[in-house]
Amino acid sequence: MSAPMTRGRVAIIGGGIIGLAIGWRLAQAGVAVEIFERGEAGRGASFAAAGMLAAGVESEPGEAALCALTRHGQALWPAFAAALEAASGIAVGLREEGTIEIALTRDDAARLRHSFDFQRRQGVALEWLNAAEARAREPQLGPQLAGAVFSPHDHQVDNRRVVIALRAAFLAAGGRLHERDEVALAVENDRAIGVRRGDGTLHEADRVVLAAGAWSAAVAGLPACARPAVRPIKGQMLALTMNPAAPLLRHVLWTPRVYLVPRGDGRLIIGATTEERGFDASLTAGGILSLLEGAWRAMPAIEELPIAETWVGFRPGSRDDAPLLGPSAVAGLVLATGHHRNGILLAPITAELITRHLIEGVIDPAMAPFLPDRFAAQPAAPAA
Amino acid sequence: MRDDPLTIAGKIFPSRLLLGSGGYPNRQVLLDALREGAPAMVTVAIRRISLEAYAESLIDVLAGYVLLPNTAGCASVRDARLTAELGREALGTDWVKLELIGDRETQYPDIELLLKATDELVRAGFTVLPYANDDPVSCRKLADLGAAAVMPLGSPIGTGLGIINPYAIARIVATCPVPVILDAGIGTASDAAQAMELGCAGVLLNSAVAGAEDPPRMARAMRLAVEAGYCAHRAGRIPKRTQAEPSSPQLGLVGGG
Repeated sequence: MSAPMTRGRVAIIGGGIIGLAIGWRLAQAGVAVEIFERGEAGRGASFAAAGMLAAGVESEPGEAALCALTRHGQALWPAFAAALEAASGIAVGLREEGTIEIALTRDDAARLRHSFDFQRRQGVALEWLNAAEARAREPQLGPQLAGAVFSPHDHQVDNRRVVIALRAAFLAAGGRLHERDEVALAVENDRAIGVRRGDGTLHEADRVVLAAGAWSAAVAGLPACARPAVRPIKGQMLALTMNPAAPLLRHVLWTPRVYLVPRGDGRLIIGATTEERGFDASLTAGGILSLLEGAWRAMPAIEELPIAETWVGFRPGSRDDAPLLGPSAVAGLVLATGHHRNGILLAPITAELITRHLIEGVIDPAMAPFLPDRFAAQPAAPAA
Repeated sequence: MRDDPLTIAGKIFPSRLLLGSGGYPNRQVLLDALREGAPAMVTVAIRRISLEAYAESLIDVLAGYVLLPNTAGCASVRDARLTAELGREALGTDWVKLELIGDRETQYPDIELLLKATDELVRAGFTVLPYANDDPVSCRKLADLGAAAVMPLGSPIGTGLGIINPYAIARIVATCPVPVILDAGIGTASDAAQAMELGCAGVLLNSAVAGAEDPPRMARAMRLAVEAGYCAHRAGRIPKRTQAEPSSPQLGLVGGG
């Protein structure tokens, strides 16, 4: 397994929230760390996300290991946000009103009750609300309401502020950031020796961390054995503008089709489609329609609000929706990718686990279920 | 004891279960469920996926399964034709599950369009499996137009209500000259077994597995249920009686009077 490394150099491919968080923690620990980002740091999925820290209402049957990681990750967020704000001087907008998930019809209510029962069995603290109780918490909910669940620990953070703060904290701690520099992995004798930069020069490193999100599998120079099973999953989103003095919504709201996330500055984020379309970055009429219609059915009052922005992001989806964390089939190459819809939520725990692995050479028990080799043993389909 | 395999348009399948590929918690669960279900075919929604076989795309990870493209999301004959052609180009198959939905609330097929599209696609050389109402007349007409199989619904798609009109399904089986695949509405294993007991040649389902708490285990249940129902149908059930009749004789017992 990997030898402990106290003074080695680390190169990180990818300057999204995962690369920046790992870089910041490494730089804080005194490691010489450089981040190589093909575009602008924090401008990919990290910027497109909604910033929900929803370990509770997102837990699904069959994802017990992921659920344990997301709940562990959620618990780290308050301290992580405080440390980041102190290091960067930038407020990251952690809001702690919790999440409400609503049912609009009897069928929705049956489905919501089904997941409520499952999540409660997993030990998630949840409260069932009837329509009147839900409306007491969020008076702008529409007339059609068949029940709701309140999740007191599923909060939100302003992910755009988080990546801006991480960038500042990383640089302040002594890390070096190279933007608009698309690099290839450099491998020699089956070992990662650094990254090959756009201008052809070799940047040597003792360890390379692959944290390139949806683009991870496409990084040049990756041997096939180390290519992560990660694909882009397209999401269309939009933001409306509320009056910040009298916002329509205070909690994060999950409806049967969309979620709504109210920011402190009045932005109301509505997301997101889930599309298997490769890197197709087009906004579509159907996509925007489904977002607006889904939001409007839950809160008709949104029809008065101006549209501030529309955008597309690419979640880095792995086969089992769980991240790929830890050593790969190539010595010296460590993966931290495939976070799917949990990249913001899992950034602190990922930074902690990967940093410990790089510095102390340990594989934390919390990381063991997410080692990248878990897909290697099983082919996708039987040979026909 | 020999079972006749499912045969559609001259092609032989080792299973009578068809599974959808949508709505699973994640891709790995889908793959695990397919492994347990061992379906004859896996349906894919041509308009909902990218047809480029990039690494880890749906098409890429399903290599090894027989894929059946469907026209989900199409509302006109022209759309369906274009989608079928896209599917043929991307997947290299001229088989298509034809879906033309006429009503958003019930997701019932639009029979008028379905008949037209079946006619057109059959003439264009496709092997057409139309998703139809549980109506013996429409199913018979689809078969007459050259559909390779007909796929009547058990109940509205995604409801899990099972077979709400078993009489109609039995009539379709009795009157249709092509295989009848029950499609939509299956909620649990007994529904799939019932479809087979009614004489269906196969069962296509998706939500009942994808939405179960343990999809791979439910996929296994469906595989076994389809096989059990098929065997029960082939074996022939006993007639129903109103009076009890013990299976061992009651006369001539030792010590009896």
